[in-house]
Order: sequence, then structure tokens, then C-alpha cells
Amino acid sequence: MASQRPLLIPSPRIQGTEDLPYTPVFTDLLKPISINPKPSSGMDSSIQIENSSVPDSSSRRSVSSIQSKASGGSSVREVSFAELGSKPVRYGSRGADSEGFSMSQKEITDVDARLVYINDPEKTNERFEFAKNSIKTAKYTILTFLPRNLFEQFHRVAYIYFLVIAVLNQLPQLAVFGRGASILPLAFVLLVTAVKDVYEDWRRHNSDRIENNRLASVIVNGQFQQKKWKDIQVGEIIKVSANDTLPCDMVLLSTSDPTGVAYVQTINLDGESNLKTRYAKQETISKLPEEGKISGLIKCEKPNRNIYGFHAYMEIDGKRVSLGPSNIILRGCELKNTAWALGVAVYAGRETKAMLNNSGAPSKRSRLETYMNREIILLSLFLVGLCMVVSVCAAIWLRHNRDELDIIPFYRRKDFSEDEVGNYNYYGWGLEIFFTFLMSVIVFQIMIPISLYISMELVRVGQAYFMIRDTRMYDEASNSRFQCRALNINEDLGQIKYVFSDKTGTLTENKMEFQCASIWGIDYSGRDTRIQDEQVEYSIQDGKVLRPKMKVKVDPELLRLSKSGKDRIERKHVHDFFLALATCNTIVPLITETSDPHVRLLDYQGESPDEQALVYAAAAYGFMLIERTSGHIVIDVEGERQRFNVLGMHEFDSDRKRMSVILGCPDKTVKIFVKGADSSMFSVIDRSLNLNIVQETEGHIHSYSSIGLRTLVVGMRELSVPEFEQWQSNYETASNALIGRVALLRKVANSIESNLSILGASGIEDKLQHGVPEAIESLRTAGIKVWVLTGDKQQTAISIGYSSKLLTSKMTQIIINNNSKESCRKSLEDALIMSKKLTGSGATNITEGSAGAVISLLALIIDGTSLVYILDSELEEQLFELANKCTVVLCCRVAPLQKAGIVALIKNRTDDMTLAIGDGANDVSMIQMADVGIGISGQEGRQAVMASDFSMGQFRFLVPLLFVHGHWNYQRMGYMILYNFYRNAVFVLVLFWYALFTAFTLTTAITEWSSMLYSIIYTSLPTIVVGILDKDLSRMTLMKYPQLYGAGQRQECYNGKLFWVAMMDTLWQSVAIFFVPLLAYWGSNIDGSSMGDLWTIAVVVVVNIHLAMDVIRWTWITHSAIWGSIIATCICVIAIDSVPELPGYWAIFHLVKTGLFWLCLLGIIVGGMIPHFVVKIFVQYYRPSDVQIAREAEKFGNLGELGGGEIEMNPIFDPPRR
Amino acid sequence: MSSGGTNGASQASKKNSKKPKYSRFTQQDLPACKPILTPGWVITAFLSIGLVFIPIGLASLFASEHVVEIVDRYDEDCIPSNSASERLTYIQSTETNKTCIRNLIVPKKMKQPIYVYYQLDNFYQNHRRYVKSRSDLQLRSKEYERDTKTCEPERAHENEPIVPCGLVAWSLFNDTYGFSLNNKILQVNKKDIAWKSDKEHKFGSEVYPKNFQKGPLIGGGKLNESQPLSEQEDLIVWMRTAALPTFRKLYGKIEDDLEANEKITVVIQNNYNTYSFGGNKNLVLSTTSWIGGKNDFLGKAYIAVGGFCLFIVIGFILMYVIKPRPLGDPAFLSWNQNPDGHLN
Repeated sequence: MASQRPLLIPSPRIQGTEDLPYTPVFTDLLKPISINPKPSSGMDSSIQIENSSVPDSSSRRSVSSIQSKASGGSSVREVSFAELGSKPVRYGSRGADSEGFSMSQKEITDVDARLVYINDPEKTNERFEFAKNSIKTAKYTILTFLPRNLFEQFHRVAYIYFLVIAVLNQLPQLAVFGRGASILPLAFVLLVTAVKDVYEDWRRHNSDRIENNRLASVIVNGQFQQKKWKDIQVGEIIKVSANDTLPCDMVLLSTSDPTGVAYVQTINLDGESNLKTRYAKQETISKLPEEGKISGLIKCEKPNRNIYGFHAYMEIDGKRVSLGPSNIILRGCELKNTAWALGVAVYAGRETKAMLNNSGAPSKRSRLETYMNREIILLSLFLVGLCMVVSVCAAIWLRHNRDELDIIPFYRRKDFSEDEVGNYNYYGWGLEIFFTFLMSVIVFQIMIPISLYISMELVRVGQAYFMIRDTRMYDEASNSRFQCRALNINEDLGQIKYVFSDKTGTLTENKMEFQCASIWGIDYSGRDTRIQDEQVEYSIQDGKVLRPKMKVKVDPELLRLSKSGKDRIERKHVHDFFLALATCNTIVPLITETSDPHVRLLDYQGESPDEQALVYAAAAYGFMLIERTSGHIVIDVEGERQRFNVLGMHEFDSDRKRMSVILGCPDKTVKIFVKGADSSMFSVIDRSLNLNIVQETEGHIHSYSSIGLRTLVVGMRELSVPEFEQWQSNYETASNALIGRVALLRKVANSIESNLSILGASGIEDKLQHGVPEAIESLRTAGIKVWVLTGDKQQTAISIGYSSKLLTSKMTQIIINNNSKESCRKSLEDALIMSKKLTGSGATNITEGSAGAVISLLALIIDGTSLVYILDSELEEQLFELANKCTVVLCCRVAPLQKAGIVALIKNRTDDMTLAIGDGANDVSMIQMADVGIGISGQEGRQAVMASDFSMGQFRFLVPLLFVHGHWNYQRMGYMILYNFYRNAVFVLVLFWYALFTAFTLTTAITEWSSMLYSIIYTSLPTIVVGILDKDLSRMTLMKYPQLYGAGQRQECYNGKLFWVAMMDTLWQSVAIFFVPLLAYWGSNIDGSSMGDLWTIAVVVVVNIHLAMDVIRWTWITHSAIWGSIIATCICVIAIDSVPELPGYWAIFHLVKTGLFWLCLLGIIVGGMIPHFVVKIFVQYYRPSDVQIAREAEKFGNLGELGGGEIEMNPIFDPPRR
Repeated sequence: MSSGGTNGASQASKKNSKKPKYSRFTQQDLPACKPILTPGWVITAFLSIGLVFIPIGLASLFASEHVVEIVDRYDEDCIPSNSASERLTYIQSTETNKTCIRNLIVPKKMKQPIYVYYQLDNFYQNHRRYVKSRSDLQLRSKEYERDTKTCEPERAHENEPIVPCGLVAWSLFNDTYGFSLNNKILQVNKKDIAWKSDKEHKFGSEVYPKNFQKGPLIGGGKLNESQPLSEQEDLIVWMRTAALPTFRKLYGKIEDDLEANEKITVVIQNNYNTYSFGGNKNLVLSTTSWIGGKNDFLGKAYIAVGGFCLFIVIGFILMYVIKPRPLGDPAFLSWNQNPDGHLN
């Protein structure tokens, strides 16, 4: 399993034949070679075209041999940067090709171009079309806060509804409630939200201010001046020092490195922590702006969010130089390992690629809330229905009594108090009906439960509190707790059906470790490996000790061999092997100081963590890479510095799947070292040489990969003089070719990478995070589909798939790996046919429901290039269909936006909930796209965390998060919503029934204070407490039986059926509450207030008892909330009835003295609850849900038998921590 | 709990650790009672409801049966036959003689106190415009005499506030009843017919009626202007507006026992106009019991609910016997019933 990433490889390049190429190999190998091509003017554009026409990118990265200024060479050749730099260098290691190319394929037209005059910001900005460099992420200013915040808040339809109600209530004709009382609830909600928003925005303001006021060194009138970031303009030249963050996107002009190389870390941009190389153009390298003014014109594309693409021309000194993504450094990157770099700002402020990619997280709304809104529409239809009934009846009543209205005592339309007899509060028949309608809307308003919105917020806060406080989701290694960043989608965690996971850093720790090696047919993977003693790592240099940053486990036997005498034949092979590991790579060694003045740390930086691991391993065995330039490599072999000249390099490409380096060794031989994937290496290894060794190695590789190691095969060959010369001239020809250069270069590489003798193979472990296989297995048992989307290569992805138990040997793999739309279509069709065959039924569509037909499990492995052709085309449908049949989907080499595309593929086509989990900035788009986004607060910066809804330390916490907290949250929230609907509807119906007995005039026997307090004091606390604390099942049960998670996926706690059942229940209970007293007191001398008190108490008691019946776990908090609410209600009723100015004065005291009151109350409670109770018992007994059975089992202790032998148990222990 | 936190050697790192503190509360592990509806519990519950409800139902039926009630609708009959077609004119006229004599037969022995009620039907004392048309402030204290803004259209008379204002007071019931038994007058005690709390706190002892029923349209009874509102018990009873359109209000108490088959003569002053809205007037004499007046509903409802519960008990017992499901039986789990369903 090969593991190289595409590498940036300097290759020698010889151009022009005017003087015979100097062949330094055999004469002066210790001198660096320099190559001297003549810059051929006018080539750039043609090369550009050629580049654009070749879709395969990976081999286009051959670039820029770096000229060394060492003067020892007798023939100094210069490298034409003008030419070389024109080849777009791909730097993202994660398959950004497609985007990069589509961008660079376009010629820049004048319309699309932005013209930047270097070092001339005035001219550049004279049309004021480019953004300044100040950024603004804050939403509000003091002036705009009120209107804008209110505007945003009123996006919630419910709020508008309550606003309308409150406004209506202000009309004198309609004033049902006191004016203040009706606005209070809404005002309270608005205020709380506004305070929260102010706080958040204040923090954003602060961070904006800090960011905008950072200082950068900018050339003004030929002088460097400190300038605040926000004042930087496009066109200005900026100097960035080492470890500085770049203030804007700028084209490199020159760097401290004489060859114009700068290293940048893009961790803030795409989450990759390794160094990337950027180049300044040859034309600008030597121009120091302090001395001679640089002037020129850059014509570049309009700002866009593609961080892997840049396309521009620079006109300088009358020449036209093309610029690519390797010439631009982006805002947010950090300059590393380069003393300084000069660049000209081309995009600033909000137009930088970083900011364009930072388009804030779209606010998410939980699925449950979406469904809830559907039911709220239903409820509003009920509401309208009720109001219609009331107003129609009122109309009939008015019509019927129209002749008597003038004087009847309880209506009396005529007002005789003035001389002129007028109408009193009467606006005509039509308007009266209309007003009745509006008044009934006001009276019945709590049918739409505004308190539910507040309760939901509170419950979510409570749930978040418990999630954050969960000791089982605390990551000791990173000292990070679980974090809830979004507070409105807690309950979505209980309904996840698809998990999209990043691989590196999410499933794995993103720490490659060299595990074992097979050298010359001998397997050195002894069990007694250990972290080696420190002394072997030392390398003394001017009195200072140099030590690699990472320690590697070593095999003592191999270590002894590598240190033993050189004469031994094994030693020679071991030597070559480690030499290959140390040289055949693109690692840049960085020397960093430590607190100990005598010790310096050697940090190997590179794009490929595998290579890093290999180089660390080589260092551990005594082959320490000390220095690497484009021309030579210095390696410390057992304390002895050896210098190797780099004569040539063939970078990695996905066709060859290997890379090679041609070295001039100190012993004046020329050797080629090749490393690559086993599949590609064994085809170029000369089997006739050491057949048995090749076979041995093959066996070892097989055993390595079977334990999930990433393997690489290393081979070498000594080149003879003619061979080398032949290669050199071929190489020259190929690299000068105008057409088909990529293919030619590949051919050259293939010709030299042949007949190799095998050296051995290495096994690298990308360590899985703790508990990942168990977590994935649990997720799968729970019926969650796990998709892995990775930027890594296919082989790596597959090997991780195996080690994380995502893939099993029982699965049939479908691999889609195409380069064109047509071939994609064909593979998809083939795969679909195959999947139908394999799943045993060609005709029926296999979904989970009919899974009985599944015979063979399918795994789909698809790469980013194919996805380019599939996504956003009609092939999507087929991919979806195929993916649906597959148990596992692995997407390799996908770009960040493709990750989002894949998530969208599922999200748009199914109703299922998706969850994306990732740790790097490249996962941000996916995290934001998915219904639930989870950021791993790991090694790769904070971007993913910032964009996520939840963040945590380890992948395995997903299991408790979903199965325990998600399940609980969903169950609690689902129940709470239904209960709130029920609770308010019961109350409204009681009011409604009464309206039918008041000549349809909406008098409420229940006082207006009780109406207001009903959903605030009387019944709110218990539902919130139950929403936060109730647990249907214990944590242990939920963890042990992931299948129980299905309750959320099947929407068992909230669905249309439950809603209707709840509404039937509501109807019955309201009838019981209303009509029992009505009939019991019919014709008696009961007064309205007493009756109202009875109804108030009855409805509160019934509603709370209803809740009490559904509570699953009674803690003291639940007890106190529920019984406390009833007591609080009584106290409130008593308090209201103690006000002499209210009509109901003292009614409750008279009421409780009568036996009838208590009989009514008891009758209401029992009569009202019986249907609910009976149905509940029946359902629990004869239609038990899984949750119900598990709960019984939990109580009666036969939980252990639940599995019934059918289920593989996957207990997730809390693993011991290191 | 993970032991990871506890074996961490360095105290310093522990201090910086963000590890959440363990408590049973934060781990949602509070001691809790988890009731489960076992068949035993269910049967016990329903059985006990049934056993409690049926006796209560019987008791209240029995109590209701013992209440003796005489209801006499007199509004129709108290219109002289010659005025029958012009009832409104008759009732609105101040000249006509509105005395009306009714004879009532006591069906059963009635023990004192016998409550005398008037019952109005189809009178919406809970009509929104009606119940709102009063000023409780004004009723309570003299200072708020002018606080009549809620009293439309009975707010002021010639710019002087009406006390008590509003439609409720304006429409005060003003029929009177005189009872006699065998030509001997039966005393009707009209004291303490209103709630004590109302007399003491709600209706001011300083507040005297003013400008009451001075308007062009007389709604009902007049008040003695020399008596404070707190002593106008008929008004206080009337002002406690009824819950339902059919209601009784206490007129007085007869504190003598009445024997069965005795004939009571009632002299009614039929003043109150219910004819304009088709309302009925009834005179009610009723004894009382622990559940109040005569009403069979609760008793029947209790017996019905209790009976239903016993029925349910039988039903459940049958079901448990015929188709038992052991609680917590894993065989009923969905994934055990359909193991393939969980493959993907």
C-alpha cells in the first residue's frame, strides 16, 4: 500500500544545447550541479496552453530545479524561473486538481481581470473597486442593532404571530387581556434573545478589532512602514517575516531565499499542518523595492473562493510572466522557515480567499423543530377552526336576537346616557363577527405555544450542560471537554442515519509511526521494539546536540545491524535501505532551538506524514537528514556528515505510484532510489536478480498490510555512466518538449525506474484513535451508515478502512476510479448491475427494510476525480442509488467542496439525518453542510471546531454522544413538544367549551391572570425539568445495545400519529375537565369565578398528572417540579382570589368548603386520565417498543439476555488512558 | 467512570484539567424511582378506582335523592291573560299590578333551612359585555366613585357617576316573593345570603347608591339610597355573576321545616323583565345536602367510571391470561424478531 503523496520535486533540467551539458557525475560529484537553461522568451504562454490541455495534473508538478549559488561548479547554469514557474504547481495534497485546473484552463479576459499595479496602490485603487483589508465578521453596529436584530428574530413565524396577537390586543374593541400582560411574554423572549445576540456580537467585534489592528510592514514611498492590517491596500508591497501571519492574499515577489522559495503553513486555511512551498518569480527575485522601484502589472482573476487555484499574469520589464497557485500566499497562512518574504497584495479583506471561504455557518434548525412547525401549522388550522366556530355561532346568535339587542339587560346595544341615543360598543353585524373572530384568536392564542419556544431553548441549554459535563466525553489527551456550539440541534443527535467522517485526524491520530521494515528479505518486526535510548539519536554539530523531534520505536536487532561494520553484506543493504528512506522524499528538515541551549530539535516538515515517519525512522537508525536543498542532501550517518548531490528526481504521480531520486553519492557512484506502492514497484523490480528475496519481501508486505500498516517498497539501482547520460539527455528533451511533456517525462521516469534490485519494504502505522473500530462497529450496529471521506489516497483509505473495521474481508469492493464522465457512467452502471446481482435481487430495490435479501455486503470506493464528473451531473442519481446499496462508502482524494457535495447528495435525496465529523479546515464545508456538524478539536487547528455545531476530543465520543445523549435528547424533546401541544390545547379547548355557553362572546371564567400564568408558572417547570432530566433508559443499556438508537431513526418519539393521538387525548381531557363541573353545577348558584377556579385547578392538575404518568424516572427534582407546580398553582389562585378588586374575590375559599368541588376534581382527574392510561398500558403491553422492553429488562434484571445470541456485543469500555 | 483522572500523577496538571467534576447530578445519575406498569399494578389501580368510585357515586346519588326541591316557573303564568300578547308593555309599565299568586305543594318533608332561589334561564350573566360592565373599585370605596370607565353604558347620569355603575348592577333582579303557609306568613330570612367576604371587603360600607336607575331605561331593581352597598345583600348576590346562562341566586332562607303535601302560597311581585330576551324565571325552594343541591350527574358519573374500571380490570385479566407477554422479554425486540433488518 503505497503512501506517498504527490511531491514537489526539483528536477534537473537542461535546456539548450549550446554548450555540452556538464556531467558532473563522474568528475566532481561533491560539487552541486547547476543547470543552465536559457530562458526562452515567449514560451510561457505556449506552455500555459499545453498545461491547460492536459487534464492529468499530478505529474505537472515537476518543477523548478533550484539553482545554487555555490560557485564551485565550473559551469554555472541558471534555472529559468520564468519558464518553470509557469507550470502550475499543485500544492494541496488533497486532490484539488480538478478545481485548480478548471480555473487555470480559462484565459483571463479583460472583463474578468483585476489589474494590480505593483507598488502603486493609488493607481490600482483609483476606481475604488477593490475591498480594503479590514474585515468585519460582526453583524451589528449600535445603530443597526435594534432594527436588524428584531428583523432577524421575527424571521421566526411564531414571533410574528405573537406580535400580531399583542398588537390586536391593543385595539380597544378587542382588548381581551390587559395591555401589558399581552405583550409581556413576547417582550421577554425577544429581550433574552437580544441579550444573547449582543454578547455574541460584542465578541465578534472584539476579535475583528484585534485582527484589523495587527501590524504589517508595508512599503510606502520606498520605505518600510508599520501599517495596520485594515489599512493595507491592494497593490501595496508587504514584507512578512518568519512566523508572521499573512494579512492578505499576495503574490510573492522575493524571499530571503536566493532562489525565491518561501515555506508557508496553511493550517488556518485548509487545516494541513505541514509546510508548503511557494515561489517568487525569477523576474522579481532580485528586485528589492527599497532600492529600485518595482513596477509592473498583475492581471489576475476576480476574487474567488478556490484556495487551490490562482491564475494570473504579471507584466514586468516588458515581459509577460504567468502566475499560478504556487506564486500566491494566502491570508491566514503563516510564513515558516523563511526569514522574510515580499509580496504584493492582490486580494484584501473580504475578498481574500480565506474570508470568502469563511462565509459563516448557515444556521441550522433541528429536524424535530421542522416537523414541529408542520404540526404548528395544523394547530393554527385548529385555531382558525375554533375561531370560525365561535364567530359563526356568534353571528347566528346576534341574528337570532337582533330585535332584542337594544335593551336586553346583558347586552343592551343602546346607550341612553347621552341625550342622543347611540349605539354602545356596536359596530354593525359584519364587524361584530369579525371582532369576535379576532377576539377569539386572542383568547385562544396559546393554542400556538409560545412558551414552547422558550422551554425548548431552556431544555437545550440544560441538555447541553449535561453533555458538556459528561466525564465520559472528556478527552484527557487534549484536555478538552465536549462543547456545544450550536444550541438548537441537540435532538438531531438522536436521529442520525449517516455519518460522514474525515479520516486523517478523525479516525486516525494523524501521527504516522514507523513500525517495521523488511530489508533484503529479512523481517525486522521484532516484538521487543522499544523507544530507543537517547544517545543513539545524538548528532553533534558545533558543540550542540541535534535530536530528532520524534522518537521512534526501533528494532534492536536492526539497530545493531545498522551500526555494525560496513563490510558485512547485510550492513550494506541496511545502509542502502535507510539511505533511500532518508533521501527519497521531499522532507525539509527544520532545526529548532529548545530550552536546553545544547540541544536542538530536528523537525522534519513535509507534505506527507508517511515520509516524515520514514525520515524519523531513518534518523533513529542513524541516518539523520540534516539539510536538504534542491541541489544536495546532507545526511548524518553515524555522526559522519555525508553529502549527496541530487542529480534528478521523478516525482510521485498517480500512474506510476512511485517516486525516485537520482543521487550522486560521496563514493562517486550514481544511484537511483525508488520507493512506491508495492503494486507499482514489483513491476519494475528485476526478479531475476534476487527472486527469493523479492518473494520474501512480498510475503512480509502482505503480512504488514494485513495488520493495517501502510507499506512502501524501496528499490535501488546503480547507474552506469552511459545510462546516466542517456537519461540526462532524454530528460532534457522531455522537459523541453512543448507538447505532451507530461507523458514524455513519465516515459523518461519509467525508463530509468526499471530493473531495480529490491531493498526492502517499510510498514507505517497511521495510528487509529482509541476506540475507533469499536465505535464504528457500534455505529453500524445502530443502523448508521458510516461514510469515510478522505483526501488520502485510495490504498491508504482502504487500509484504514480495514483497520477501523469499516471494511471487512467479507465485503465486495466496488471501486470507481475514472477520468471522464463517460467512463464514470459506465462504471456506475456496471456497479449497479453488479450490486443487484450480489444483493441477490435484480428487481427489488434493496433498502434497509428489505434487507433480508442482502447476501453480500458491498463497499463502494470512489475517488475525487470520478466525483468531479459525477457530482452536479445526472450521474448523481445513480451514485446515490449505488451508495444506498452499499454498506460502506469510502471516498478518497476528495476536495473540501466535494465533501460537502457528497453530504448534499444524501441530504437532498433522503429525509435521513446526516452528521459530518472532521478535524481540519478541509472538513468545514462538509460540517456546515451536514445536518449535524461535529469538529474534533485535534491537531489541525480550530477551523473545524469553529464551524461545527458540537466539538469533542475523540472520534469514539460519537458513540456516547449519539447513543446516550442523542437518544435522550431526542426522546425528551419529542415528548416535550407533544406534551406542550397537548397542554396548551387542553387549556384552549376548556376556554372554547366555555365560550359556547356565554353566547359566544369569549368570556373566560378562568381569570386573565391565570390564562397568562398558565404556560409560564402553572405548567412550564415540570415539562422543562422532565425535558432535561428524564431518562427512558440508562446509559449502560443504551451503550450496550446500539440498536436502541433506532428509536430516533424511526422517529418513534415524535410523529404524526403520536400527534393525533395526543390531540384525541386532548379532546377527551378537555371535555372531562369542562363538562364534569358544568353538569355537576348545572342550575346551581355557582358564580363564574368559582367555576373558573375549579377549571383552573382541574386543568393544571390533570395536565401535570398526565406528565407525571409519562415520567419514566422520578428523581426528587421531578417530584418537586410536578407537585410543586400544582402547589404553586393553588397559591397563585389563592393570591388572585385575595384581591378584593377582582370579581372573583374569595371564591376559592368558598369553593373548597364544598364537597362537590372535591368530588368534581377527583372525577375529572380519574375520568380524564383513564383513556390515556388504558391506551398506554395496552400499547406498552402488546405493542412494546424496543425501548419499552429494554426498560422492563433493566428493571427486572434480565438485561443480559437481551441480545438473544443474535447480536455481536460491542461493549465500549472506557479505555485506559495513557 | 474512568480511572484516568485519578491516577494522573501530577497535581498541577490536575488543576488545569478541564475534566468535568463528577457528581451524580451532572452525570444524570441521580437516584430515581422507575415505576413500570406491571399487570399487578395495573389491575390493583383499576380495581381500587372502581372500588372507591362506586361507593362514592352511590353516596352522592343517595344524597342527591334526599334533597327536596320545588321548582316553579312563573314568568309565563304571571302575565295576566289579557296582556299575554303585550308582555313587554305589561312588564315595562309602571302602572300595572304585577302581583301574582302561586301555590306550591311540598312533595316531601323539607327540613330547615330551606333555601329560596330564583332561577333565570337564558340570561347570559356571563356575557362578555355584561360581566365587564362594572367597577369593582367603585363598589369598594368612595374614593373611586368616579372610576366608572368600564361601566358603559350605565356610567353616568347627567354627568354624575352612577353608583353602583354598569350593566350588572343596573339589571338587578327585583322580583319579590312572599311566602305563607296556611295563611300564616313564612318568614324568609334575607340576612347572610351573600358571602361574608363580599360584604366585608368587596362592597364598601361607606359607599351609598347614587343616581341609580335614574336613566330613561330602567333595568331592574332600585336600591335604598340610605343603605351602604355592603348591606344591600340582594345586590351583592346579584353582582356575583353566574357562570352559566341558567343560574340560581339565593333569595333567602326559610328557617322552618315544611311537611309533605303542605301547600305554600307565594305572592310574587313579577317586576323583572325576562320577556325581552325570552328568558325564564323560576322560583326554587330547596333543601341542601353535603353535595349541594339536587344533581344526579356526579353520582351517575362516578358509578359509570367505577363500573368502567371494573370492566377494564376484567378485560386486562383476560388479556394477560390469553396473550401474556413476559416483561422485558428480549424475544419481542425488533432486532430479534427481524435480525436481518439491522444488517445495514
